[in-house]
Amino acid sequence: MSDANKEALEPITGIESPVYLDYNFTAGAATARYLSKVKEGKLVGQRCPSCRNVYIPPRGACAACGVATTEEVELSNKATVQSFTIVHIPIPGNPIKPPYVIANLIPDGANISFLHLLSECKNEDVRIGMRVEAQWKDPSEWTFAMENIKYYTPIDEPDVPAEEIGRLKDA
Amino acid sequence: MRDIAIVSFVQSDCVRDAGALNEVELIMPVIRKVLDNVGIQSAQDVDFTCSGSCDYLQGAAFAFVLGVDALGAVPPIKESHVEMDAAWALYEAVLKIRMGQADSALLYGFGKSSPGELPIVLSQQLDPYYLSPLWLDTVSSAALQARAMLDNGDITEADMAEVVARSRKNAKSNPHAQLKGDVSVDELLAEPTYLSPLRMHDCCPISDGASAMVIATVEKAKEWGKPYAVLKGIDHRIESHHFGARDLTKSVSTEIAAKAAGVANGPVEVAELYAPFSHQEIILKKALGLGDDTVINPSGGVLAGNQMMASGLSRVGEVANRIIKGEIKRGVAHATSGHALQQNLVAVLEGE
Amino acid sequence: MAELAAVVGIGQTKYQTKHKTVSIAGLVRDAALKALQDAELTWDDIDAVIVGKAPDMFEGMIMPELYLTDALGCNGKPMLRVHTAGSVGGSTAIVAASYVQSGMFKRILTVTYEKQSESNAMWALSNAQPFSVHLNAGAGGFFAPIIREYMRRTNAPSDAGIKVAVKDRLHGARNPLAHLQLPNITMKEVEDSPMLWEPLRFLESCPSSDGACALVISNEELAKQSPKKPAWIRGTAMRSEPTMYAGREEVSPQAGIDCAKDVYAQAGITNPRKDLDCAEVYVPFSWYEPMWLENLGFAEKGEGWKLTMEGATSLDENGDIPWNCSGGVLSSNPIGASGMIRFAEAARQVRGDAGDHQVDGAKLALGHAYGGGAQFFAMWVVGSEKA
Repeated sequence: MSDANKEALEPITGIESPVYLDYNFTAGAATARYLSKVKEGKLVGQRCPSCRNVYIPPRGACAACGVATTEEVELSNKATVQSFTIVHIPIPGNPIKPPYVIANLIPDGANISFLHLLSECKNEDVRIGMRVEAQWKDPSEWTFAMENIKYYTPIDEPDVPAEEIGRLKDA
Repeated sequence: MRDIAIVSFVQSDCVRDAGALNEVELIMPVIRKVLDNVGIQSAQDVDFTCSGSCDYLQGAAFAFVLGVDALGAVPPIKESHVEMDAAWALYEAVLKIRMGQADSALLYGFGKSSPGELPIVLSQQLDPYYLSPLWLDTVSSAALQARAMLDNGDITEADMAEVVARSRKNAKSNPHAQLKGDVSVDELLAEPTYLSPLRMHDCCPISDGASAMVIATVEKAKEWGKPYAVLKGIDHRIESHHFGARDLTKSVSTEIAAKAAGVANGPVEVAELYAPFSHQEIILKKALGLGDDTVINPSGGVLAGNQMMASGLSRVGEVANRIIKGEIKRGVAHATSGHALQQNLVAVLEGE
Repeated sequence: MAELAAVVGIGQTKYQTKHKTVSIAGLVRDAALKALQDAELTWDDIDAVIVGKAPDMFEGMIMPELYLTDALGCNGKPMLRVHTAGSVGGSTAIVAASYVQSGMFKRILTVTYEKQSESNAMWALSNAQPFSVHLNAGAGGFFAPIIREYMRRTNAPSDAGIKVAVKDRLHGARNPLAHLQLPNITMKEVEDSPMLWEPLRFLESCPSSDGACALVISNEELAKQSPKKPAWIRGTAMRSEPTMYAGREEVSPQAGIDCAKDVYAQAGITNPRKDLDCAEVYVPFSWYEPMWLENLGFAEKGEGWKLTMEGATSLDENGDIPWNCSGGVLSSNPIGASGMIRFAEAARQVRGDAGDHQVDGAKLALGHAYGGGAQFFAMWVVGSEKA
């Protein structure tokens, strides 16, 4: 090989080695039931027979007690903000433009929060204890996904004091 | 050194596809049963919990974290996890008990291999620069190993078929097994090869499932008032990763672990060996120094059902249960990890 | 009943965004060799190897201990791989110590690492699972609301987080191994950096680093051969709780409180702020310093931010309880190794071996790691004395 050819060859310092693996996901029995209800426009949690707390989304078990949860509890579209943050970086694959608010919301009737978007409000007005309501997409667009709810918006109800948010109310 | 007692072992049925069951739903029933056997309520009633699983089987990072939801971990518990077969979780718990930070432990392993294509998934266990870009799956590496043994004259194809026939027959008495029945060596040899020289039946099936075990010090087991098997010795070793750097027809790591665990200190009535491929049972039998009077894989072994990440623990559990039932006095269990028996664990169990 | 064990060798690679000149095996071997050299030992002196790292998907390799066997001199020896999410660096050290403390081994090597640059950690952390019922907002999206709740409960001044971000980077500037070298960082610079998840700004968050950390741990007898003062392991503890359950206290998780109580009891600590000389604590987002000061019992509930604002945790301000003199997770974060780095840096302090970030006369130090949704905790206490 001539010297000129030798110079043209760069040492290899790395290779790209793509990995393609196919997975056939299943949702799990509790998740499947939950998403089936979401497809019907309903939020349904599960109650722990031991501590009586209602879980959403339900996982089939109460993580605190380690027992199966089977009793279904239909929950309201209204919720309370347990906490929130204003996000300034885009979520991968989501068209919403930053800055937007994501909040830990506890639907009425539940004792644990889930994460969702808040919209149609001023970011600075969002506060812990604020009352909000789910805004669902048009029923024709409903699938087995939480995206059936576009976002939550503020409603005109008094704030819930922080210590009371999500607390189990004695029946 | 504190003596370790194996008090309870439960496994789920080996099924090709557990369907719409998530991790928690797979684990909870076996944990419930294994604790009920001891007469205790939840993970709160043992001093340590340790699990084995592999996120990649399900294709979700942190899959094992969800398993904690099955335990009742409030108030917080002492808990740990290995991204390996739960037989190694057992090992970690033995260390914890021997150093005095626990008197009892709950172990569990689980795997849902059905979502992915397991042998291909496991090709990513290899050297990422030189080997995994070749996409060498676990069946192919086992096939290389079998070929080497056949060419050496160490085994014949009939020897491999004999292992399969015996495993299927033994599995008839195992309610959890996936593949069981009477089949002759001739019938098996008449089957076409799948990945030469392996036939489909020389390879373990893919099974979803979970298993769980409770261990404790002998004092604690007596306090619970339950029968137990004693873990007399346990050791594990690993060999070079590179196929060319080790003799695939032997299992040096199993030989070393067997010696360290004291296999030869007494008669081995039963041996449960984690041999995902038929020829590997022959390698392991030799490496453990077992004679023809040892009954190998009375459960059918993993050729009858292989719950990835739980099968190793299940081998220990199968031997323990036979001792607890009074069927035998001494047995050996083996677990493996990696392609072509790269890593091996050996446990020796005896009656009280 | 536990055998006494000590850290007799420590090795760390430099932490940086990409380690381009070594493979994954090269990276871990670098740290392992440094630990062996630190202890003046060879591979033959090691009885077993324990590896730890965070999710396999970060580098796209399944069960990497199989591949790393040769690089770590483990052929024919026992190999184990621990995985407890973000706390893994700490829990690996604890499991490794138990090899010796159980009396079953005399001297072992443990290594943790992450080579995030070789795959796509962000993808691995955020790849949307089908049927996921959760909005995926990244780690910051999970922790920022919890921080907001802390701020509400305590009325902490809004720049407490900024103060931590500055302090830890100034500490990091004393540590040549730290990834971020920002000796001229100011409060204003942090305040002006882009907001990510309110109230966390870019400069209040940890970097993404490649790196590895290794320890050699031996029993009391072999510790006599250690060329440097051994760092005696005075206590180890781990606790886990579920990520989410109704009524979970997320600002100051019970698992952290219980884990700290356990390790303090083992080490004879009754007043952490007084009894410890320094601490290496897992703070990946600035506000976690005031929060962990409370969770770990260094400050009364609601007052963690006061210690931060007073400079109590700062080397430069001659604080009485410096935290993260190495620069902490805010300066270097190879996820799988970060926990062990905290444990290793605590050991360096009590050996008098921490170079320019040494706390004078340090005798007792805490190493802390946490992971998952702040649900897995691992801690150890090391000391220059055996008891």
